[in-house]
Amino acid sequence: MRAGPAARRRPAKVDAVGWWLKAFGGLVVVFFILPTLFVIPMSFGESTTFQFPPQGFTLRLYENFFTNPVWLASLGNSFIVATLTALLATTVGTAAAVALSRMEGRLARFVRTLLMVPIVAPAIVVAVAVYIAFLGWQLTGTVAGYVLAHTAIAVPYVLVSVTGALGGIDPQLLRAAASLGSPPWRAFLRVTMPLISRGVLTGAIFSFIVSFDEVVLALFLRSPVFHTMPVQMYNSVTVEIDPTISAASSLMVVATTIVFVLPQLLRGRARRR
Amino acid sequence: MSSNTIKWSNRLLLVPALALLAGILLVPLAGTLVRSLSGTGPDAGLTLRNYANLFTDGVTLTVLGRTALTAAVVTIATLLIGYPYAYLMTRVGPRARGILLVIVLIPFWTSVMARNFAWIVILQDGGPVQTLFAFFGAEDVVLYGTTAGVMIAMTQVMLPFMVLPLFSTLGAIDRRLLLAARGLGSSPTRAFWKVFWPLSRGGVMAGVILVFTLSLGFYVTPALLGSPQESLVAQLLAQRTTQLLDFAAAGALGMLVLVVTLVLVAWANRMGGTVSAIGVVAAGRTRSR
Repeated sequence: MRAGPAARRRPAKVDAVGWWLKAFGGLVVVFFILPTLFVIPMSFGESTTFQFPPQGFTLRLYENFFTNPVWLASLGNSFIVATLTALLATTVGTAAAVALSRMEGRLARFVRTLLMVPIVAPAIVVAVAVYIAFLGWQLTGTVAGYVLAHTAIAVPYVLVSVTGALGGIDPQLLRAAASLGSPPWRAFLRVTMPLISRGVLTGAIFSFIVSFDEVVLALFLRSPVFHTMPVQMYNSVTVEIDPTISAASSLMVVATTIVFVLPQLLRGRARRR
Repeated sequence: MSSNTIKWSNRLLLVPALALLAGILLVPLAGTLVRSLSGTGPDAGLTLRNYANLFTDGVTLTVLGRTALTAAVVTIATLLIGYPYAYLMTRVGPRARGILLVIVLIPFWTSVMARNFAWIVILQDGGPVQTLFAFFGAEDVVLYGTTAGVMIAMTQVMLPFMVLPLFSTLGAIDRRLLLAARGLGSSPTRAFWKVFWPLSRGGVMAGVILVFTLSLGFYVTPALLGSPQESLVAQLLAQRTTQLLDFAAAGALGMLVLVVTLVLVAWANRMGGTVSAIGVVAAGRTRSR
């Protein structure tokens, strides 16, 4: 967006990376990173609007976030919903991934595609359908409603990460366990589970984040007495102009960065060792 | 244990996932389908009138057109930005490539609300972007509350979906073909258009269809950054459901959007494994490279 038209043409030399290509890459990197960083200085400002650049330096917004009962309740609700979603989605998704890894043919492919539908179907269409159905089942505004809806969209992420982990298992190991007299369930617990534990953990973290961050379904399932933090953030820019959202946003950005970047750094170190 | 028992225990493991999918997704969507086909008042019963109304009510077609235009602009923007970026990724060392990949996934990690709030701050009247434009002499550039602002914010989120399929396609192209073309006397530009571009077309198609399709369903970004007078299809769907309580019309619109999306995704999937591409975007968050 920010580069000139010249930057979009190919390099002049076939096998050297042109300086302008690197410069263009740098601009794109800025486009990726910069917007997110704007929320952090905002969160220390004194203003009661969304004015930028922020004036002064204060921790008032953080204080408000951690003492205001409405914000605290939404944070607590998000934790409850996301934890239950992670547990349910990981169990259900891991079971499905294990079953599918042992199956072949059209049926398995069909089921796999079917289970991926929740992440390709437009969230708004799903949200509207779920909203009307849940109204009838009296699940709107309940923990169970949030957890079930979020689990449905989190399962594909578990499926992907556990399937990836299962693909890395040497089938000889399971045959060895069987030839040594281990029944299939014990081979699963003692051989398969430890080997896919990282994939299962990844799936659990994804489903937690997917649920914690989910807005569209949450907006439709909300009730005056129960909603999650993304809904509260949505309210704070639409219904009321509440700059506490910049503190909430900064905390979310820092938390997700830690969750996603930390494993990368740790893995990089483990590989080098 | 007989192989039959194993087969059935396998199928048993699939039951919870399928039951959940059926109960939470398929049953509500079936309800949407039924409502979209039901008449109201005197002419109750099976009817296609709700679908016919979509094309005659004067509003829906305008909104659908605006949504398709927005998605198309976002798709072109992500392609123009994503292609050189993906190309750069294939040309740098493994370490730099890892960093570029982590960066491309940043919009994907960051909380949806945090990201949209950041765009509100940046694009708002009197905000940094307006100040920047004013500095260069363009005094009254308004982006907040316009479709252009929505497009800018959407482009940022959609870039991973363009860059990742492109990266895998561009990385697989044999660069010696370019050298051969140059050796045979073609100019760099000509070598690119005659050799490199045709070979990259599969990834371009996959990325284009994927970004276009996902862009059709955006709700939060247009609701927060756009204007109610220039709403996109997701806003119209929400409005008909929660404000107008016109479940039949909303059902028809929802089914239309769903079918278009699934058909496009199935097509893209044939072009180059798009459902798995989404999986890669999802899983790439930790399994980078």
